[in-house]
Amino acid sequence: MANTGIVLISHSPKVAEGTRDIIAEAVKNVKVVPAGGTEEGGIGTSAPKIQQAVEEADDGNGVLLLYDIGSAGMNAEMAVELTETERCHVAEDIPLVEGGYVAAVEAGMGKSAEEIIASLRKSFRLE
Amino acid sequence: MMVMTAEQAVTWVEKTNALIQSNKEYLTELDQAIGDGDHGLNMSRGFQEAEAKVSSSEYETVGGVFKDTATVLMSKIGGASGPLYGTAFLKMSMFLRDKPSVTQADFAEAVEEALNGMKQRGKAEQGEKTMIDVWHPVADFLKNGQNVNAGKLVEVAEQAMEGTKDTVATKGRAAYLQDRSKGHIDPGSTSSFYLFQALADVWEEGE
Repeated sequence: MANTGIVLISHSPKVAEGTRDIIAEAVKNVKVVPAGGTEEGGIGTSAPKIQQAVEEADDGNGVLLLYDIGSAGMNAEMAVELTETERCHVAEDIPLVEGGYVAAVEAGMGKSAEEIIASLRKSFRLE
Repeated sequence: MMVMTAEQAVTWVEKTNALIQSNKEYLTELDQAIGDGDHGLNMSRGFQEAEAKVSSSEYETVGGVFKDTATVLMSKIGGASGPLYGTAFLKMSMFLRDKPSVTQADFAEAVEEALNGMKQRGKAEQGEKTMIDVWHPVADFLKNGQNVNAGKLVEVAEQAMEGTKDTVATKGRAAYLQDRSKGHIDPGSTSSFYLFQALADVWEEGE
């Protein structure tokens, strides 16, 4: 069965890729796609770039997006509106590195994006 | 009564770009004071590309010009202004659709749609030291009917921009500075002022 995909959005390509590397050590059965930086690879975020990552991460079971600061959250929402991929959700106010790790572990257990968000909000005491 | 043609919409983007390019350093300075210092560079890259796109294409409608502008700004700006200005132009294009010419009333409603879209996107309200502080009074002013003219538009936008100086930021990067954000004009309000100054120039030429 396909697992929920994870997209890691950071202002820095290095942060997004580095976080992916940390997760890859422990979780092997989940598509984790970094979407860091602008289209030119500078510091920033880009909705079309995130949209591409969402489509790459999707295995038919939906995608969860995590982001770092500032514009990243807005561009994540925009990417979700732009893509035709179904069951995409943005994990709001969840820390990228720690949250991304927990999310990938849970995705590997077959949880949906909605279930992962509920559990992240509990883990990070937002509820 | 002012109207806007597709050709004027292209001129609006070109004139905005010219103002952004000549004030790039100033926008950077404003953003260095209370943000991450990339506003000048981001806006200059975004509008440069937007101008290149709309100047080299043929358009039948104002909506078409705005749609292309939105797409370019969204992908090229890179900072928070990308999704915000992108949303503004996208909402305007969605409202105006295939209208061959746009009346002042149409345009006023389009700007209102843009404002609402940006508020939703940024989860922001008026008075938080963001570009909304300029868009809000401008949208209200445009709804004003026969009293709308180019000179007054610049006045409203400029006053609103200056007003952000005394406001404490509660949204955006500057919010982290809390009281220290006071005493500085908001960079996003300033680029929004240039946008409306360019619009006033377009209207003046059309009179």
